[in-house]
Amino acid sequence: MIASGLSLEQAPPFSVPQRFFLTAPLFLVAAGLGAALLPDWAVSPSNSATLALTHLVTLGFLGMAMLGAMSQMLPVVAGAPLPNARLVAWVSHLGLLFGTSCLVPGLYSGQETLLMAGSSLLGMGLLVFLGAVGVALMRAQVGDTTQAMRLAAFTLGVTLFLGLGLASWLIGLWMPDAPLDWLASHVLWGLGGWVGILVMGSAWQVVPMLQLTPPYPPRLTRWLWRAMLAGLPLATLAPPHWRDVGQGVVALALITFALATLRLQSQRKRKVEDVTLDFWRVGMGCLIAAAALSIVQLRYELPDAWTLFAGLLFLIGFATSVVTGMLYKIVPFMAWFHIQAKVGFKRGQPSMRDYLPETRARGQFHLHLAALACLLGAPFQPRLAIPGGLLLAASAAWLGWNLLRAQRLYQQAGASGC
Amino acid sequence: MTSLSHFLSTDHSHCDDLFAEAENAVVAKDWTRAQTEFRRFLDEMKHHFAMEEEVLFPAFETHTGMSGGPTSVMRGEHVQMNEVFAAMRDALAHQDGNGYLGFSETLLMLMRQHNLKEENILYPMADQALAGQQDALLNRMEQIPH
Repeated sequence: MIASGLSLEQAPPFSVPQRFFLTAPLFLVAAGLGAALLPDWAVSPSNSATLALTHLVTLGFLGMAMLGAMSQMLPVVAGAPLPNARLVAWVSHLGLLFGTSCLVPGLYSGQETLLMAGSSLLGMGLLVFLGAVGVALMRAQVGDTTQAMRLAAFTLGVTLFLGLGLASWLIGLWMPDAPLDWLASHVLWGLGGWVGILVMGSAWQVVPMLQLTPPYPPRLTRWLWRAMLAGLPLATLAPPHWRDVGQGVVALALITFALATLRLQSQRKRKVEDVTLDFWRVGMGCLIAAAALSIVQLRYELPDAWTLFAGLLFLIGFATSVVTGMLYKIVPFMAWFHIQAKVGFKRGQPSMRDYLPETRARGQFHLHLAALACLLGAPFQPRLAIPGGLLLAASAAWLGWNLLRAQRLYQQAGASGC
Repeated sequence: MTSLSHFLSTDHSHCDDLFAEAENAVVAKDWTRAQTEFRRFLDEMKHHFAMEEEVLFPAFETHTGMSGGPTSVMRGEHVQMNEVFAAMRDALAHQDGNGYLGFSETLLMLMRQHNLKEENILYPMADQALAGQQDALLNRMEQIPH
């Protein structure tokens, strides 16, 4: 146990997270193109185009990137490497890749075969991943981050279960008593739970690490994951009035987390310009706005446009920004790290900034902001859906290109031995 | 008396401060200050490594009988960090700000991951394993010259 907690081999091979990271932007490109080709999404949060596009972002982009990041981070932050990392990565990556590629057209067209194939593949891929994460986390060092990772894995399991239930309803295999409650819970556990908790748990480690900020106060981190642990089931299983309380608790926890993050970042010791910091600041601002809207929605029914607006704030403004910012740190560092392991340290080897020059990342950041601005306007001015979608596709393609460039440099450095 | 964990973790945080000072001077292109701050940072890091490699690790290895385990991984990472220090020093000598920042970014990731592993895993293990010798070990670490 002692040796496994600290062995160097605990870092998974580069190919394990990298396959997820390189695939993720493709789905975001597809989501952008889809948003431009099917601008109907901008008029209703529940039509088939919106449903399909949302899953391109949540499963294809966020799911891919977050699974990759989790396989990379578990050994470092929790001392818990994934068992059989290569095999698990291979199965879960293919499951997510082909599952999402079937489910999304299935959701758009309503075709049962596609829905069936998509949900089976996704179920298989995610269950294999969750099984491996479960084993790793059982062996993990106990701490608030580990608890948040456990909770995030559990919420992904619940989201998957609810999603599979909804898919079988669409296929006509069964009829839930209250399909809208299932849908609401699926959204809450997937976004507030899986995305929210995983970002929180990771932030507790990476925000102080990357920016040299003071640490998150331990009392806060302990309170935050417990609030999520109490809020999510309350919002799903309790009588209606208590559900609102649960939802409010989840939203308040997310707002508190975002405010704490912004405050810590303002106290950072490093003064160097950092695109990841900017992605995170945008992300935290959007998270606060999205969570605040979800609190408003507990008292007043939001018009469709505002519901869409809140969803875009969360998915593109918060989650996509934060994940992109993280990719810009993880990928160049892992490239550098694995070259060291392969050929040792040599003068002239690329540094992190060579793998990912700040100017390229910053250009992509600006394009992302332009896409975000157009997309946020689209629910109120549907004409913006087309430019918003195209800008998102361009920004995602640029992200993919930046990551691919780092991969090529890594291969060259490995081949030339320098 | 303070624990080994607390003593060494506090020293990590002191090194982080010096790292930021040096990097901030490079960002400001104040090369004289950057040289001074980098030298202070480097001295402090070397001192920290010495406290671990000359006092803590040998005591831990003797007590647990594990010489090829976690301490050897930590020593390996010290060597790796020393190599990045050299690259940073070269960049500084050439007043190559971008080159320096490329390696300081790399070092930060390496150093903080290393520190996390020590603070979350190795130091707590050392606190437990070496509880009886804590005061003597702290004394010896404090006596290592800067």
